Amino acid sequence: MQKQFNRQFSQTTLPPSDDKRWRLVTATMKRHGFQPSALIETLHTVQQSFGYLDKPAMTFVAKSLTVPLSKAYAVATFYNLFRLKPQGEHNCVVCLGTACYIKGAAKILQAIEDYSGIKPLQTSTDGKISLSTARCLGACGIAPAGVFDEKVVGNLTPESAKEQVQKWS
Amino acid sequence: MELDNATLPQAPSNGNGSSAVLANLEDLQKLKESEIVSQECFKHRIFVCMGTACQSSQSDLVLSEFASTIKAAGLSDTCVVTPGGCQGNCAQAPLVSVQPQDTLYQNVKPSDVSLILANLDKEPVQSIKCDQESSFFSRQMRVVTEYRGLVNPERIGDYIAVGGYSALFKVLNNLSPDQVIQQVRKSGLRGRGGAGYPTGLKWSTVAKSAGSQKYIVCNADEGDPGAFMNRSVLEDYPFRVLEGMTIAAYAIGATKGYVYVRAEYPLAVKRVEHALRQAQHHGLLGLHIGNSSFQLDLEVRLGAGAFVCGEETALISSIEGGRGLPCPRPPYPAQSGLWGCPTLINNVETYANIPPIMSNGADWYAAIGTEKNRGTKTFALSGRIKNTGLIEIPLGTSLREVVFDIGGGVPGGNSFKAVQTGGPAGGCIPESMLDTPIDYESLQSLGSFMGSGGMIVMDDTSCMVDVAKFFMQFCATESCGKCVPCRVGTVHMHTILDKITKGQATLADLAQLESLCDVVKNTSLCGLGQGAPNPVLSTLKYFRGEYLEHIVNGLCPAGVCAPKNQRLRQAK
Repeated sequence: MQKQFNRQFSQTTLPPSDDKRWRLVTATMKRHGFQPSALIETLHTVQQSFGYLDKPAMTFVAKSLTVPLSKAYAVATFYNLFRLKPQGEHNCVVCLGTACYIKGAAKILQAIEDYSGIKPLQTSTDGKISLSTARCLGACGIAPAGVFDEKVVGNLTPESAKEQVQKWS
Repeated sequence: MELDNATLPQAPSNGNGSSAVLANLEDLQKLKESEIVSQECFKHRIFVCMGTACQSSQSDLVLSEFASTIKAAGLSDTCVVTPGGCQGNCAQAPLVSVQPQDTLYQNVKPSDVSLILANLDKEPVQSIKCDQESSFFSRQMRVVTEYRGLVNPERIGDYIAVGGYSALFKVLNNLSPDQVIQQVRKSGLRGRGGAGYPTGLKWSTVAKSAGSQKYIVCNADEGDPGAFMNRSVLEDYPFRVLEGMTIAAYAIGATKGYVYVRAEYPLAVKRVEHALRQAQHHGLLGLHIGNSSFQLDLEVRLGAGAFVCGEETALISSIEGGRGLPCPRPPYPAQSGLWGCPTLINNVETYANIPPIMSNGADWYAAIGTEKNRGTKTFALSGRIKNTGLIEIPLGTSLREVVFDIGGGVPGGNSFKAVQTGGPAGGCIPESMLDTPIDYESLQSLGSFMGSGGMIVMDDTSCMVDVAKFFMQFCATESCGKCVPCRVGTVHMHTILDKITKGQATLADLAQLESLCDVVKNTSLCGLGQGAPNPVLSTLKYFRGEYLEHIVNGLCPAGVCAPKNQRLRQAK
C-alpha cells in the first residue's frame, strides 16, 4: 500500500526544472523504490550532479520520498559532506587528521588561507577556489596530505601546498 | 545440502551465459585452475601498488610506463603488469613487486622501469630493491593481508586463483549455520572495530533472535583520524570482505545486507561496488548461492562525513536515511536493529578474518596471539616514525616492538614522546609503558583503547596539551548533540584546554577540567562522549608536568603553543 502510494505521489512531483541532471536524481530514487530511507543516497546524487543542495532540490527530494522537508534539511545540515552553497571551480581539501596535525597540517592550511584569502568552507569571490578541511583522508602514511581537485597529494610543505593552489589562478 | 539440484531453479546469470555462475565447488575449482594456468603463461608478473600513498607518488605513471615499455620491447608474451594492492611500507612509495621471484622495489620512478625490465631474469636492481628481510617485514604476521597486495582487486578471478571463495563453499557444503558459529566462537575472534566484543557470541545472539527478516551490516565508516586499515583492506581485498559477510549471513540467517562505507574513500567505494557486481555475476551473491536455498542481497550505502556514524546505533539511523543519532542500548542491534529487525554489525577487518578461519580451522586461528586475544590485528603506523604504513601483528606484541623494530623509531634525531592509539577515544602512551602487550585489556588499563587500529607516534616536538586540545576540538565538532554531557561538556573542556595553551588558566581550571572529564565519561549516551575525555585523562596521567608548566610558569616545553622559553601570554 505504502509503496503504491509513494509511487503515485512521486509521479505527481515534478523536478524543479527541465535540467537533464534531474533524471539521474529520479533514477536513484526509483532504484530505491521511492523509499524514505533513500534520502541520503538521493542527496548524494543531487550533490554529485549539481555540486550543492539548494531549497528547490531538497523540496523536490523530500516530496518524492514522502519525508518532511524539515527532515531533508536536517540530514543535509547534519552530515559534513553536504554543501548548501555553490562550490568554486577548483576544490582544495586540507586533511586535519591526527597524523597530518602532528606533522604540521595547521601550517599548510595557514599557507593556503594566506594565499587565497579565504577560510575553510568558503569560496573565493572570483568563484575559483573552494577551501575545506577533512577529518582524515586515510592517507596518513604520506602525511601531511591534501586533495587538490580530486587528486591526493602527500608530504606537503607550506610552499608546495601554495604552489598547488597557484596553478589554478 | 540434501536438496536435489535438478529441482532447483537456476540462479540468474545476468544474460552473460550460465557458464559464469559458480554453482558448486567443482565450478570454483575449474575456474581456479584455468586462472592459474593463464597466470603461469607469464614468466613474470609485475604488480604496481595502486594504494592512496603510492598513487599520490605517481604510481599510475609507473604502471602506464610498464605497460608501454613491455609492449614496445615485445615482452607481452612473458610479462604482464597489473595494478596491485598495498604492500605496507607506504613511506617508500611507489612500490613495485615482481612475482614469482618476489622482488620488491621501492621509490620506483618511471625512469627505473626499463632497468627493472632489463633485469627481470638477472639479479634484481640493488639501488631500488626493498629489503624484505628487514624487521619491518619479518616481525609482522599476515592473516587479513596475507596476499600482500598481490591480487588484482578488480578481478574476482585473481581472488579465486589464490583460494578465494573456497571457504564459502566449504561452509555451504559441510557446515550447518550453528556449526559455523561454533567455529567462530572457538577461534576466539573479537570485534576488530575496537570494542573487542566476542564475534561468535554476537553472531549467536543474532541467530537466536526471533524474526523472519534479519540484516547484516559491514561497518566501513572508518572515522578515526590516523586510521586507514579498513580503507586498505576494502581497496585491496573487497572480495574477501564480501566472502566473510556471505558466510556470516549464512550463519545468522540474514538475506539482506549493507556495506556502509564513508564517502571520503572514493576508491574503496568503487572497488566494493565493482566486487558486488562481479560476485552477483558469478552467482556468489543473489539467489541460490552455491545452488542452495541460501540467498543474500548486498548493497553499498555511503556515509556523508559524520564521525558518530561509526557507532552502531547511529549507523543504523544513517542507513535508514536519517541523521546519525545514537540510541540508548539495550535493545542491542542484535535484537532490534535496522527497521526493528535483528541486525549483525561487524567491522571490515572482522569479516575479512572469517574466510581464513573457515579454511584453516578455528584451532589454527586460536593458536595465534594470547589467551584472551586471539589472532592478528592490522595497524596504521603514522606520525613521527620512520616506516609509516600498514602493518599486521599478532595480538600480544609489545608496543616497543611495533614502534622501534617494525616502525624503525623516530627519525631526525628527535626523541620518542608518546604513541596515541584508539583515535579520539584513545589515549597517549608514554615511553615508560611501551613494554605493554597490545591487547584489548592492557591498552584499556593504560587509559587508552584499541580502537580500529590507528597508531600515531609523537616526538618531543609535540605538545601534549595541544594534542589533547586537538582531540577535544574534534569531539566537540563531531558530537551529534543528542545528549547534554557530550554536547556541552566537550565544548567546555575545549575552552579550558584552550585557556591552558594560551597561558590564561589557573589551577582551579585544571581541577574543573578533571571533574568535567569524570562527568562526561560516565554520563554520555554513546562511545563518542564516553571516550572523549580519554585523551585528556591519559595526558594528565602521564604528562601532568606539561600541563603545570603551561599553567604555573606560562611556558610550553615543546615550543608549540609559544616559542620555547617565551612566555605564553606574550607570544601573541
